[in-house]
Amino acid sequence: MTEEVKAPKKEKIPRQKMPEQPPDVRARNFQEVPYGLTPELAMKEAERCIQCKDPRCLQGCPVEIDIPGFIRLIKEGDFEGSIRLLWEKNALPAVCGRVCPQEVQCEGLCIIGKKDEPVAIGNLERFAADHQRMHGKDILPPKAEPTGKQVAVVGTGPAGLTVAGDLILKGHEVTMFEALHAPGGVLVYGIPEFRLPKEIVFSECNYLERLGVKIELSSVIGRSETVDELLARFDVVFLGVGAGLPVFLKVPGEHYIGVYSANEYLTRSNLMKAYDFPNYDTPIVRGKKVATFGGGNVAMDSARTALRLGAEKSYIIYRRSHAELPARTAEVHHAEEEGVEFLLLTNPLRFLGDDKTGMLTGVECLRQELGEPDASGRRRPVPIPGSEFMVEIDTAVISIGSGANPLLTKSTPGLSLNKWGYIVADPKTGKTMKPRVWAGGDIVTGSATVILAMGAGRLASNSMHDFLTFGW
Amino acid sequence: MFEIVERQEMAQGTIISNWVKAPKIAAKAKPGQFVILRANEKGERIPLTMADTDPAKGLINLIYMVVGKSTALFKTLQVGDSYLDVIGPLGQPTHLEKVGKVICVGGGTGIAVLYPITRGLKQMGNYVYSVIGARSKDLLILEDKMRTASDEVMICTDDGTYGHHGFVTDKLKETLEKHKDIGLAVCIGPVPMMKACCKITKDYGVKTLVSLNPIMVDGTGMCGCCRVTVGGKMQFACVDGPEFDGLQVDWDELTLRLRSYLELEKVSYDQFKEAHGAGKCKCCS
Repeated sequence: MTEEVKAPKKEKIPRQKMPEQPPDVRARNFQEVPYGLTPELAMKEAERCIQCKDPRCLQGCPVEIDIPGFIRLIKEGDFEGSIRLLWEKNALPAVCGRVCPQEVQCEGLCIIGKKDEPVAIGNLERFAADHQRMHGKDILPPKAEPTGKQVAVVGTGPAGLTVAGDLILKGHEVTMFEALHAPGGVLVYGIPEFRLPKEIVFSECNYLERLGVKIELSSVIGRSETVDELLARFDVVFLGVGAGLPVFLKVPGEHYIGVYSANEYLTRSNLMKAYDFPNYDTPIVRGKKVATFGGGNVAMDSARTALRLGAEKSYIIYRRSHAELPARTAEVHHAEEEGVEFLLLTNPLRFLGDDKTGMLTGVECLRQELGEPDASGRRRPVPIPGSEFMVEIDTAVISIGSGANPLLTKSTPGLSLNKWGYIVADPKTGKTMKPRVWAGGDIVTGSATVILAMGAGRLASNSMHDFLTFGW
Repeated sequence: MFEIVERQEMAQGTIISNWVKAPKIAAKAKPGQFVILRANEKGERIPLTMADTDPAKGLINLIYMVVGKSTALFKTLQVGDSYLDVIGPLGQPTHLEKVGKVICVGGGTGIAVLYPITRGLKQMGNYVYSVIGARSKDLLILEDKMRTASDEVMICTDDGTYGHHGFVTDKLKETLEKHKDIGLAVCIGPVPMMKACCKITKDYGVKTLVSLNPIMVDGTGMCGCCRVTVGGKMQFACVDGPEFDGLQVDWDELTLRLRSYLELEKVSYDQFKEAHGAGKCKCCS
C-alpha cells in the first residue's frame, strides 16, 4: 500500500487562554480577574492570525484599529511598534482590550472564528498596552504642527478621551473638564476595579496629559461654567457627559436604607473606594443578602461587587429569561462562576423594611413567563397571577439603565434634545444644532458601551478637525 | 487646592467658619447654593451650603458643625492649609422675590445657610422678621450678621440663657399670629426643627421654604443618594434642591435616610478620635 505524501500541515494553534484568578478566590477580592498574556503566549496567539488580505475584523471596530497590523507586530516581537500602531487609532488600548465586547465586534467577524475560536484580538490589544505601560520606553506618538486652535471637551469618559486624543495629535490645544475629582468618567466611577483597575485608566489619562491635554477636575460644566462661556474661550466644544441619571424601579419602599441605584453603589465602591472603609472615609452598606435588579453589564458589576464586599448571597433579579440577559456572555459567565444566583423571569413589586430603623428587609416579587414577542423582538414577560413570593435581602441595587442627566443640557440654550432628554446630534459627524458644539456617547445615544462612545468620539473629532481646518 | 485664608471657631469650638480661596465659585455662587468638599485623597465628598461669598476677593465662606470624622478632619485645617477639592456652585439658587413681609427661622448651624437668603430677601425690599435659636447662648452663631440682614430679630435658647426661653417655633407661631400678612417663611436648621416649623406654617397657610441636607455623593444628580419625597414625587436635593416647599416634604423619610450610616460613621469617627488622642494626627503632631 502506498500513501500519498502530503505537504506537512502546519500544526493548528489553539486560542491561548489568559490565566485568571480562580472564581472562589477572586469573588472575595478586588484585584483584576485575568492576569494578562505573557509575551510568549501573546506571540503564540498572534501567530493564529492569518493576515487576511481583506480583513473582516476591521469592519467590527468602531475606531478602525489596524487589527492585522498590530497583531503581526506582536508576532514579530515588535511590541513597541504594535503599541505605536494602536495609538494611531486608539488612545485607550488598555481599556478597550479589557471592556470592549469583542465577541460581537472584531472577534465576532474574525474568519478563524468560522471553524475555530477567533483570534483573541482583545487580549492581544490589552497585552500590547500593558507591556508598554509596564516595560516600554517613555515614548509618545508624533504630533502635528500646532494649529493654535482651542478645543474644550466636557466629560472625561471614553467619548471625551477619544476626542482629546485625536485632536491633540492633530495639533490642536485641548482642555478637558471633569465634574468629579478623578478623570475617566464611567471607567472610574462605574466599572469596578476587578474588571478595569483604576491605575490603568489613570495611566491612559496620563498618556493624554503627557501629549499636552489639560484636564480640569471638579469642574461641573453647567454650574461652574456654562457651555456658552466655554464657547467664548474655545473654538469648538465637545459634549461627552454620559447618561448619568439613575433610574429607579418606582415601586414602594425605595427609600429604605440599603436601596441603592447602581450609580451610587458603584460610585461609592469604585470612585470613593468604600470597599476599603474605614481606611477611606466613604461608607457603604455591606449587605449579607444583596439583590441586583437588571441584567446588563452594570448589573453584573454590581452583583460581583456585592460578593467582594462580603455578601453571602448575591442575586440578579431580572424580568426576562437567561437568553435575553443584555450583559456580555463573558460577564454573565464570570458572575455565575463566582456564585451569583440568577432569579430570572422575576419582577419586583415592592420593597419591605423596618419602619423604626429604616432598614431594608426584603423584596416582594412576582414570577413571569414569556409571552408573545414585543417591539424589540424579544418575548415579552407576562406576570403569572398569584405567584408572589418574598426574597429576604438587606441591600438592593437598582441597575435597570440610566437616563439623560439634565444638568448641562438645561443650562445650554440652542441645543436640541429628543423626548428623553438626549442631545440631538448628526450620527455621522456628532454635530449638534448649536454652532461649534459637537456631542457623542451616552448623552446622545443613551446607555451603550465604552467602545460605541469611543466610536462616536472618533466621528466627532474628524468633523471637528475639518471644521477647525477648513471651516466646515 | 483651595486655601483657607481665615478661620474662626464659633459656639465653643463646635462650629467652624472658614473663608476659602475659590475665585471661580465665588464669582458664580448665589444664595442657597452649596459646594462639595474633600479634605484629602481618602476623604468623603461633603456638601456644605455657602454662608457667604466675597467675589471681589475670590472667597467663599463655609460654616460647619463638627459632627463626625470628615468635619473633625476639616477642623484640623488651619489658615494656610487647603481643601483638596471644592466643587460648585451646586444646586438651585434661592428664588428671591419681593413678597412684602417674610419670616426667616434658623436653628444651630442652619443660621449660616439662612443668612445669605435673609440678606437677599431684605435686599429685594421685603420686611424681614428673623427668629434664630440655639441650645444655649454660647452656641448661638451669626447674631450680628442676622441683625444687619433683618428688620426685627428674635432670639431663642433652649436653656433660657439668652432671649426667649424656648424653641424657635414659639416665636414663629407668635409672629405669624401677630402679623397675618407674612407671605413667606424660610426655615433652616436640624430636621426636627424644620419639621416642627412647617407644622406651624401649614396651620397659618404660609408658603415655606426649607433647605434639606440629605446624604450626597456626587452632587450632580448622578447617583440618587440624596433622593427625597416632595409632594409625593422623588426629587434629588443636589440638583432639584436643596430648597423645597417645606409643606410638601416627607420629613419622616428624610429622618430615616439620614440614619443610613450611623454605625459606620461612628466606626470612622472613633478611629479618628483614637488617632487624634494619641497624637498621630496632623493637628496634634
